[in-house]
Amino acid sequence: MEATPNADHVFAALADATRRDIVLRALAGREGVVELAGHYPMSFAAVQKHVAVLERAGLITKERTGRRKVVRTNVEGLQLARSLLDQYEALWRGRVERMTNIITSTEEAHTCLSLLSARIPKL
Amino acid sequence: MPVTAVGKDPEALTMTLTAEFDASPTRVWELWADPRQLERWWGPPMYPATFTAHDLAPGSRSEYHMTGPTGDQPRGFWDILEADPPRRLAYRHGFAHDDGTPNPDLPGMTAHVTIESIDAGRTRMSIESGFPSAEAMERILAMGMQEGLAQAVGQIDAILAEGVAA
Repeated sequence: MEATPNADHVFAALADATRRDIVLRALAGREGVVELAGHYPMSFAAVQKHVAVLERAGLITKERTGRRKVVRTNVEGLQLARSLLDQYEALWRGRVERMTNIITSTEEAHTCLSLLSARIPKL
Repeated sequence: MPVTAVGKDPEALTMTLTAEFDASPTRVWELWADPRQLERWWGPPMYPATFTAHDLAPGSRSEYHMTGPTGDQPRGFWDILEADPPRRLAYRHGFAHDDGTPNPDLPGMTAHVTIESIDAGRTRMSIESGFPSAEAMERILAMGMQEGLAQAVGQIDAILAEGVAA
């Protein structure tokens, strides 16, 4: 059963260093839970729990290849976390651009005024 | 490019954006402090903002609404947490009902603005935005998307107008 990535679950799942490492290793999609567990100084059950959290968050899926089940990262889940912040960045980039335009236009207005007052000293 | 750096921390749910301007810190502060100037950059061209209350003093509340192309008027407010002109500003942003009262059902966020002189006539401004949860961020962005879309539409309009002129 493939879970749809949900932002809260994705961020919570990625808050743990072991789980982030599992996500990176599972990009290759070659190892099962048993092989993954071999990389960490913790019990198989503990690794299995981490895998379950990632699976619920939609960050990894278990796929059957032949007689084995391999763990594979769902790149879409990772992108969700990134894209939310990207959208917010775009919003602020727009604001900063408008701020720059305001500063530039008032400077031009000042230059205009000082040119005018230079020509008409008693303005 | 005025934006010099963007740092995103998906775990801490913060985004820090840094920009530089050819202006003094006092001039950059004015962009925030003067409601008439603030209105010119807060909302995108298709969603101009109108601030009906604005005073950058701790404890003060700013109120604004934006007017969309179909006449829709999303409302929001800032609660000023900290103000040290022209160096620091911190506020909590929230959305409001049509009558202007805060809508606690919609998520809030906090912003910390730092303005500092880096050279004669050059100023760095950084804004750290913090979201209470990923769900809150998602909802805030969903509301902002309306603005983003309007902005894109505005750009298309401008391109079409240019094409006609040429």
